[in-house]
Amino acid sequence: MKNIRNFSIIAHIDHGKSTLADRMIQYSGVVDDRNFKDQILDSMDIERERGITIKSQAITLPYRSRDGEDYTLNLIDTPGHVDFSYEVSRSLASCEGVLLLIDAAQGVQAQTVANLYMAMEHDLEIIPVINKIDLPSADVDKVMEQIDSELGLDPYMSLSCSAKEGTGVEEILEAIVHNIPPPKGDPEAELAATIFDAQYDPFRGTIIHCRIFDGTIRGGDVVRLMHDETVHKVEEVGAFLLPRQKKDSLSAGDVGYIIAGIKTVSDVQIGDTITLDKRPCKEPLPGFNESKSVVFASIYPIASDDYEELAVALEKYKLNDASFAYQKDSSIALGQGFRCGFLGLLHLEIVQERLEREYDLSIILSVPSVRYRFTLNDGEVVYIDNPAYYPDPMSIATSEEPYIRAAMMFPERHMGAVMKLCKEKRGENSTLSYPSPGRIELVIEMPLADVIYDFYDRLKSITQGYGSFDYDILDYRQSSLALLDILVNGDRVDALSQIVHRSSARARGLRACERLKEEIPRQMFKIAIQGAIGGEVISRTTISAYRKDVTAKCYGGDITRKRKLLEKQKKGKKRMKMVGSVAIPQSAFVAILKSDNT
Amino acid sequence: MMSGIYIHIPFCLSKCGYCDFYSVTSTEKIPRFIDSLLKEMEMYRGCFNRFDTLYLGGGTPSLLDSAQLAEIIDGVHKHFPLSADTEITIEVNPGDLSRETAESLFKTGINRISIGIQSFDENILSFIGRRHSSADAISAIEDVRNAGFGNMGLDLIYGVPGQDIISWLETLHTALSFTPEHLSCYQLTIEPSTPLGMKYRAGEIDVSDEDLLYEFFMKTSELLEASGYMHYEVSNFARGSEFMSRHNRKYWDHTPYLGLGPAAHSFSGNRRWWNHRCVDRYIKEVNKEIPPIEKSEILTLEQLRLEALYLGLRTKMGIDLQDFSERYAFDLLDKKNEMLNRISEEGLIIIQDNHIYPTRRGLAMSDSLSLI
Repeated sequence: MKNIRNFSIIAHIDHGKSTLADRMIQYSGVVDDRNFKDQILDSMDIERERGITIKSQAITLPYRSRDGEDYTLNLIDTPGHVDFSYEVSRSLASCEGVLLLIDAAQGVQAQTVANLYMAMEHDLEIIPVINKIDLPSADVDKVMEQIDSELGLDPYMSLSCSAKEGTGVEEILEAIVHNIPPPKGDPEAELAATIFDAQYDPFRGTIIHCRIFDGTIRGGDVVRLMHDETVHKVEEVGAFLLPRQKKDSLSAGDVGYIIAGIKTVSDVQIGDTITLDKRPCKEPLPGFNESKSVVFASIYPIASDDYEELAVALEKYKLNDASFAYQKDSSIALGQGFRCGFLGLLHLEIVQERLEREYDLSIILSVPSVRYRFTLNDGEVVYIDNPAYYPDPMSIATSEEPYIRAAMMFPERHMGAVMKLCKEKRGENSTLSYPSPGRIELVIEMPLADVIYDFYDRLKSITQGYGSFDYDILDYRQSSLALLDILVNGDRVDALSQIVHRSSARARGLRACERLKEEIPRQMFKIAIQGAIGGEVISRTTISAYRKDVTAKCYGGDITRKRKLLEKQKKGKKRMKMVGSVAIPQSAFVAILKSDNT
Repeated sequence: MMSGIYIHIPFCLSKCGYCDFYSVTSTEKIPRFIDSLLKEMEMYRGCFNRFDTLYLGGGTPSLLDSAQLAEIIDGVHKHFPLSADTEITIEVNPGDLSRETAESLFKTGINRISIGIQSFDENILSFIGRRHSSADAISAIEDVRNAGFGNMGLDLIYGVPGQDIISWLETLHTALSFTPEHLSCYQLTIEPSTPLGMKYRAGEIDVSDEDLLYEFFMKTSELLEASGYMHYEVSNFARGSEFMSRHNRKYWDHTPYLGLGPAAHSFSGNRRWWNHRCVDRYIKEVNKEIPPIEKSEILTLEQLRLEALYLGLRTKMGIDLQDFSERYAFDLLDKKNEMLNRISEEGLIIIQDNHIYPTRRGLAMSDSLSLI
């Protein structure tokens, strides 16, 4: 156990986490260069493209240190987005130390701070690492100063590297060996292991990723998941080498995997404690939370014939994403579909993209919504996350919406613009602090609904990418709400309905109309788009009909060429949703969410 | 329905700016081309039933002298059964025509002539790269009439960048003054692989906007119908139904046609095939007794249906719903009911007597109509 080190890398988005992980993996020689690819831990295309980590990953790096001893370094890679902060917390709970990675040019950002606090909560040894020192705009001295003043860490403990160029990697590995303490625990005690991730393997079922705190687990053991209260027989345990390596046992201090004939990842919960059925530990390990959906939207297939295919795809997708929830739903305009719950807007986008990419489905997403709370006149309390079930306005006694506490960090010069944005988004009770000269930290309470709408995009845009953002859910607060409907040539498109705050209803209605006007192609007839609350039309735009669309010459017998063009257009049209006789492209459903300046 | 023969004569003295039909500008291969053409006819002997149209297109068929044309026409008679009243059309370039050539064309049995006038406006002629002048055009028309042709068609182009409606109507009026039996009025289409296409890509020219093109289209149709012409297809007008192009109509209703010569297309049953777009390759393969076919395709019922809808809605005859459902196993009225009613309300089609007829405004949008 004294030669094991369990650590994670935490960083603000784009500060180079995956690249540093790549270098460490290459250095350890666990993958030969021939099989290496960039962002090796980010196994999904979408992770590579967006440069983010969605799923946690773990890998074991064998390392012989300068003192000649052999060490096992377990790197637990964590998702880097606020939507997945619970997953991050479970990964951190499995470590003794972290590398806190800071971009030498951008310096400390909101998520750097948020991540640091989380690491501190878990009592982890923190090694600050300044990355990207090769950049012309790198300012190592300034970052050292921030490490001291903003993070309260000893700047002389920090290391510098360029993950891109591979410099400083050995020093980091040495620091892991010498500064991060070995795990503690008793291999003979009752088994206590925490699940920090679970992945689906089509041949083996669920692969549980876990950290053993006490005891020992072997193939053939019968284990109990303490929160789930289920019992499973262990088929195999092992370590995260590339590929996975089967072992006889995992003992206190180890990070590894367990395969126990569990069919889907939804059958295990992140953060649950694994113990032996015969000789259980007394208490589950602390820190367990059930994962909760925050954002809701409906998914419909573009062609109604694809409903069954979508159902199968969701079932398969769910195998590997326990935090995704769904149930049947139907829309008058869009037909049969599913109502889904997500951890946040990024999670939603990821699900959408993966369904389209990995399952080759064309889908439409309804306008995302938060979960509202209504108290009816008869005292009944209902939670509504789907505009289709908006209560009869006459029956509502009070309406409430969820609020968050948002933390933002940005350069001082953007103060005016950020405050204006927050005010527009109904922010209140703000507190400001100046962690270092020229930099502001703003903590403010805002309705979640306004944040999911287009807040993050606009924050990034007005701060030229320097603004960072983090949030947690606070409580429900009373609010004046209304149901905004969108009508296309008089037909209500229920998937475009939104629950909105009354003060912004008119603006939202107008914007929705304008967006749709941009996205819906002109057709053979005029199209009226209206926004309405109750029976009252509050906004309106019109798309004119086109008048000429004909190929002049069609003889000489070459009809094939023209037919191929028509077939292509026809295929394009199939990707549109027919509402009455109006073809609405998928992009229209997405556009209605986008902000003005992106 | 009897079948049609199309012969592609792939030679031009110069390339016009808008044309993307296949042609080469060297004429020395004409004799070898004719030999190959006759051999290609041999290959299809007995493959089709009777024919009642022969169309000599190009390229510039009028580059061939009358002896060469006679050789080709005789070859057709020798290899294929032709009905007695066969419509034999030739496309001619006004610059190539004289009184003598017109008379010798008439003697070969050609009974319909289509003159590539394009415009009577010198500026437009030079913009689109034609080698004839307005005066050439007028004298060609007179020569054709004097030679005895009773079925003359004039090809015109509108929507040329910079052209306004007034100057287009002047060209139309000049054309009408010769009382042609047939008029083809094509909106200029800028094809990518043409000289105009290159200019367009280089940003040297612009295309006319949709509203203006719509005006051109509607004004043309109004004027010609008022002058006694039938607007029987998107770009085609006939002075009475007997002067509609019998040959071109075969393309529009899936009647079999045999295309001979480089790049020519053929259709029969549910198969379409086309020859190599290269004179040398064409000659070489024919000489090796290989059919000079570049590619062929078997059309699925769905593809045939799409074509039938597209082509049918381009013509005044529209779509015979009974016939459509029998040939393409698809009940349009039932399956597309909502959309058909919608565009009928818009005044783009008329549904009556178990037919769908496009209106004038419908013809202006027939590409979209076919995508309902």
